[in-house]
Amino acid sequence: MSAKTGITVLVQEESFDPCQLTAAHQATLDASKCGGIVTFVGTMRDYNDGHSVSSMYLDHYPGMTERHIEKVCQEAAEKWDVIDILVAHRYGEIKPSDAIVLVAVWSAHRANAFDACRFVINYLKERAPFWKRESTPAGERWVEHNTKDPAAEVSVASAAGIRRTG
Amino acid sequence: MNIKIRYFASMRDRMGRAEDTVSVDGDTVTVADLWKKVSSGQDLPGSTLIAVNMEYTDGAATVKNGDEVAFFPPVTGG
Repeated sequence: MSAKTGITVLVQEESFDPCQLTAAHQATLDASKCGGIVTFVGTMRDYNDGHSVSSMYLDHYPGMTERHIEKVCQEAAEKWDVIDILVAHRYGEIKPSDAIVLVAVWSAHRANAFDACRFVINYLKERAPFWKRESTPAGERWVEHNTKDPAAEVSVASAAGIRRTG
Repeated sequence: MNIKIRYFASMRDRMGRAEDTVSVDGDTVTVADLWKKVSSGQDLPGSTLIAVNMEYTDGAATVKNGDEVAFFPPVTGG
């Protein structure tokens, strides 16, 4: 479908400005073929699971993390006709309101960009080896599971023809 | 043969170390047998994810000299 989809994955400790990253990446593309850009930015809340959270540490598995984000992007590029995908993800110390993750998808038509963007963020959350450790008034704790986005997952799963269990 | 084993997040805390290098006799060994060796026979927590050479797999997978095995809890990025 879209064999030439560009895929860029950045896993970095430094904070980033998602708008600046998206604009800088767009400047490297032949934007004349693009009809739309869909971006998702995940940011840090200052609460989770009934506790206030003052900061967070994101552990990851260098090498495996990048590999599995790239795989998710490749799967998205096989399912939807998109021109380019950019993913940036932080690790290390994160403060509330910091951007944790950016997924930006360029395509000729909006539907493919929306669907591919949603697929990438949902499957990245399931597969990319990152782990959150929160600092709360009660001490530090590892987050045991991500909150689900059931509506989004059903929509992506049906669009992608994926059977899901559990 | 030597196998490198890595632990992440709460699994690293539980083990009290980030990695082990395990020497095993023979040409292959299963991940489950490696776990028994490094954990002194404890059960592997049911939610644990396993990777061999950075690809997801399960306890029945066999590994060979020089492979890297990782044990970690469900992932929580994004």
